[in-house]
Amino acid sequence: MTVPELDSEQVAVYQRPDALSDTNTHYCPGCTHGVAHRLIAEVVDEMGLRERMIGVASVGCSVFAYNYFDFDFVQSPHGRAPAMATGIKRVLPDRIVLTYQGDGDLASIGMAEVVHAAARGENITCIFINNTNYGMTGGQMAPTTLPGQKTTSSPNGRDVEVNGYPIRTAELLSKLDGASYVVRRSLHDPKNIRLAKKAIRTAFEVQKRGLGFSMVELLSICPTNWGMTPRQAIQWLEEKMIPFYALGDYKVNPSVADIKI
Amino acid sequence: MAKEMMKGNEAVAEAAIRAGVQAYFGYPITPQTELLEWMSRRMPEEGRAFVQAESELAAINMVYGAACTGRRVMSSSSSPGVSLMLEGISYMAGTEVPAVIVDVMRGGPGLGNIQPSQSDYNQIVHGGGHGDYHPIVLAPCSVQESIDLTVLAFDLAEKYRSIVIILSDGSIGQMMEPAELPPMMPLKTSFPEWAVDGAAGRERRFLSSIYMDAPAEEVANMRLLNRWAKIRENEIRYKEYYLDDAEYAIVGFGSAGRVALSAVRQAREMGIKVGLLRPISLNPFPVDAIEALGKRVKGILVVEMNTGQMLDDVLLATRGKVPVEFYGRTGGVIPFPDEVVSAVQRLAAGPIVTTGHPRDRWMKFMSFLN
Repeated sequence: MTVPELDSEQVAVYQRPDALSDTNTHYCPGCTHGVAHRLIAEVVDEMGLRERMIGVASVGCSVFAYNYFDFDFVQSPHGRAPAMATGIKRVLPDRIVLTYQGDGDLASIGMAEVVHAAARGENITCIFINNTNYGMTGGQMAPTTLPGQKTTSSPNGRDVEVNGYPIRTAELLSKLDGASYVVRRSLHDPKNIRLAKKAIRTAFEVQKRGLGFSMVELLSICPTNWGMTPRQAIQWLEEKMIPFYALGDYKVNPSVADIKI
Repeated sequence: MAKEMMKGNEAVAEAAIRAGVQAYFGYPITPQTELLEWMSRRMPEEGRAFVQAESELAAINMVYGAACTGRRVMSSSSSPGVSLMLEGISYMAGTEVPAVIVDVMRGGPGLGNIQPSQSDYNQIVHGGGHGDYHPIVLAPCSVQESIDLTVLAFDLAEKYRSIVIILSDGSIGQMMEPAELPPMMPLKTSFPEWAVDGAAGRERRFLSSIYMDAPAEEVANMRLLNRWAKIRENEIRYKEYYLDDAEYAIVGFGSAGRVALSAVRQAREMGIKVGLLRPISLNPFPVDAIEALGKRVKGILVVEMNTGQMLDDVLLATRGKVPVEFYGRTGGVIPFPDEVVSAVQRLAAGPIVTTGHPRDRWMKFMSFLN
């Protein structure tokens, strides 16, 4: 990337991380994918991992994630990112392998792949974006859609008698012995964004130390498909999502305590 | 190296190890499981990657991931499992990464059974997964040929950035016979310029099967097709037996080809001048050889362990220039050489039929099964 020349009086306090490519994203205005991307890129820069990173993009809004990061990437079939990541990590154990998946991808069609990657203690990191709907296809019901939430495929609101209940993925994966670090964070305000970054950093440290599977679930907003302004969407996340998807650490390997960030 | 008694599935596994396979991902399914079991023991011994995946779907995507690093990778399965793998196979074809897949076919459709069959010919040879692509398909008829084709499969996969499928069956996978393994080959130390293995000191790379721009996808599809044209030019393989003076010819692959060879020898003893053409590369198919064969014999008998799938390709190749008959057993039933000899006798006795479809005539003959 090119950094503009600065006057000697000026100090750069904010610039694009090296691990983020100089490309406009296709994400909607207000979407928190951009925030999540930036946090990952900042952590990659801070840990000096850019040349060791291999990302696995998924299917959904983040399908073009490989365009936005300036490190090696592959693009997986829908839901299969943890399996692809397994294949990569097993032949290149010293690389840092990341999957970036949405809720339809990871918690619906790819549930088997992520559960078994976690059960094997696969030494990979999954960044899991939970925005309670299928964004890319226009806002259909996801496994994370809240009871009563209207989507284009649950027009009268999710009826749990018919559509079943939402899945709390972090809680579910935390029960597996191979999972080393499973947490849920949120991207709705600066404080939580800082906590989310710290969790991503911890997850990469876990992988770097070979401690096993790590997943950071990030509560995210989808103003376009929720039919809200970004500000309303942030409020909705706080008022509706956090009570259902409680933020917190669901599985923390005791060795994680040794990781100082 | 001397010949030793080996089981087909295990011989393929050890041949792959000696050919330098660096990662194997699979899932248990009869009649292929010994291959997975062999790998579970031998791959860790060699310090290479082995994972028993949670499904064939996961296994093929592990293969996909590992293939993106430019290393030699493989998986194996049997018919229902290969159906599950077709998603990943299509993605790998679209991404242009090499991989070797072994399909030890069994009776179907559905759960079918665990007896040998060739009923996945159409699925595998004519693509299987979605989109415009052509896998290389190799069909062994013995344990030795399984070994040789496994080694060849890795070379072809890399040379053409292609999927190579070894289309075996439960009979070849389970049988034991003397065979010779190749010497241990060194692992690759250099990797292709497209390999995604960490952007150390270079620009980032990415591998994907996405072409959101339709004209760009068209260009990609034409690139695949042009590569396929080269494969068709260079990689057609088949074997001829007793065809020099033959008046009649059998065309059969894999186990059916092997049964047909016994039948040819029996028929020759009875004075019928019959030979055999056994396609080894089912894709690319030996079209020219079969067309030429059609011009020099009085009739062709296609023998398969299905209801006449390769038959359609033989009919296309012979272009109606020679009478073609079909004899098959299906559902996991293996034909006896005697049955094939009878079919040859019927063909040789005439009258030559030029109307209707050979499959319909065979169905009539098989009406005792109704």
